[in-house]
Amino acid sequence: MRTVALIKRICQEMLRDKRTLALLFIAPLIILTLMYFLFNGNTVDPKLGVVNVENNLEKILVEANIDLKHYEQADKETIVEKDLDGLLEVKDEKLVLTLENSDPSIAKVLQMKVNQSVSLQAQSKILNPNAAPVVIQKKEIDTQYVYGNSETAFFDVLSPVLVGFFVFFFVFLISGIGLLKERTTGTLERLMSTPIRRGEIVTAYLVGFGIFAVIQTVIIVIYSINVLDMVMVGSVWNVILINLLLALVALSLGTLLSTFAASEFQMVQFIPIAVIPQVFFAGIFPLEGLASWLQSIGKIMPIYYAADALKGVMYKGLGLKDISGDLFALVVFATVFIILNILALKKYRKL
Amino acid sequence: MNVSIAINQVSKSFGKKVVLNQIDFTIEEGKIYGFIGPSGAGKTTLVKMIVGMNTPDTGTIHVLNEKMPNLGLLQEIGYMAQSDALYTELTGKENLKFFASLYKLNKTEMKERITYTANLVNLTNELNKRVSAYSGGMKRRLSLAIALIQNPKILILDEPTVGIDPELRLSIWKELLRLKNEEGKTIIVTTHVMDEAERCDFVAMVRDGVILTRGTPKELKAQYQVDNLEEVFLKAGRKDS
Repeated sequence: MRTVALIKRICQEMLRDKRTLALLFIAPLIILTLMYFLFNGNTVDPKLGVVNVENNLEKILVEANIDLKHYEQADKETIVEKDLDGLLEVKDEKLVLTLENSDPSIAKVLQMKVNQSVSLQAQSKILNPNAAPVVIQKKEIDTQYVYGNSETAFFDVLSPVLVGFFVFFFVFLISGIGLLKERTTGTLERLMSTPIRRGEIVTAYLVGFGIFAVIQTVIIVIYSINVLDMVMVGSVWNVILINLLLALVALSLGTLLSTFAASEFQMVQFIPIAVIPQVFFAGIFPLEGLASWLQSIGKIMPIYYAADALKGVMYKGLGLKDISGDLFALVVFATVFIILNILALKKYRKL
Repeated sequence: MNVSIAINQVSKSFGKKVVLNQIDFTIEEGKIYGFIGPSGAGKTTLVKMIVGMNTPDTGTIHVLNEKMPNLGLLQEIGYMAQSDALYTELTGKENLKFFASLYKLNKTEMKERITYTANLVNLTNELNKRVSAYSGGMKRRLSLAIALIQNPKILILDEPTVGIDPELRLSIWKELLRLKNEEGKTIIVTTHVMDEAERCDFVAMVRDGVILTRGTPKELKAQYQVDNLEEVFLKAGRKDS
């Protein structure tokens, strides 16, 4: 009964605060959409200057989607002046490739394409040494993918992590500041002079903000899958389940950390400490190459498990059984934080 | 006379600072008690211990013959904190309703109490406004209404008249006297305003964690041979140091 009253009050307050609601529900969608466009931008064909290159190699290069520019003579300055990505020339019977390399990712792609084309040309020469009009035997390499397909963009791999991160971030912030407001205005102390139990307060906070976290999670998941067309191989319900558990962890961590903050500003200071490092270990960056002690740091971060489970379900299509370990880890995090929360309230009333 | 609150040899320190030192005090039912003293004297710590939000380091506090802290007894204690602890996004009525629902009250009782307390503090016409639009005095009055919402036997008011205009202060005191006389409530008030102390049935002067002197205002003035409590306070303090 008291818990219900508290939940009702939290909802009333939230609904009055339109800006916070907008932050909770609309901001993640805007950021996700932005990232979608950023990561899915069409790649521009690299521009390659050619000097004295054989005709059939040129053909292969054009087929590899390289924008060719012919020059009688060229050097490094030409690359800069003409805004080329690279220059391929024959010097003393040898092919020399000069890369502009201001963006290493473009340089790498160009280098790879040129290498491929050269070896393709070499192949066709061996197979068909005399043929005047070189018929390029285009050997289709049948490429197969374990996960995703040839259309897979970076965003598809990233998106499950992002969905989890936004759920975590916004729920953490809003629940933390929610309870903090109650502390700084003295209403928490006032609550403690009523017969309410500490457990009831924590429960009410979890449920009250939990309701909004559920709505937020559902909106983000539905939007990501239907509007942004994220890869979604597994079950939507599993995705929602993972995110709800993650939201619970964020809620309990947010309210717990608010114990150690004296103002909203101090609460915001927890973001670089408690939230940002989690992003690094969420699987956006590959962890395999890290030192083992660094890798084990990731294992104490809730988002690490949520991201692992989300990637498993959304991208690899894993079922509930495969992600049970991750889910269990999230439950453990939430339980520990909730117990600490109840203990932390002892500051206000010993009983 | 029934003993309402018994404070027995209570001491409390925060870190090295001794806030309360060996306090003994008995509060009888149906009277107004005033804890008078400067800021930082330990008044708030004392009333918080009576409510059970703090526990004494040594000594005991019994309220209505039960040892504090005790969750069940909070039903019988109305507490008004020094600062207005209100939900400013909500209306006055929603605040009252929320606090009312934390106590054991049925629906009709709840409605009655809300109407009654709102009327008591003269906020009936303002109930549907958000608290953020309230003036300082209105907030103070709403806090008082909330302290009374569950119809408690004991009322503990921590500096209830700070920042309230004289007229309103008068009406609050009138109300406190009425609550004592007609409903037999035990009321504890902390204040540093001496003329409020005159209205109490019994006064305890607190400074640096000890009770300097205690008695009815009349007794105290006779004892120190002065005309007002302010001088009593000064004399008692001097004698002590």
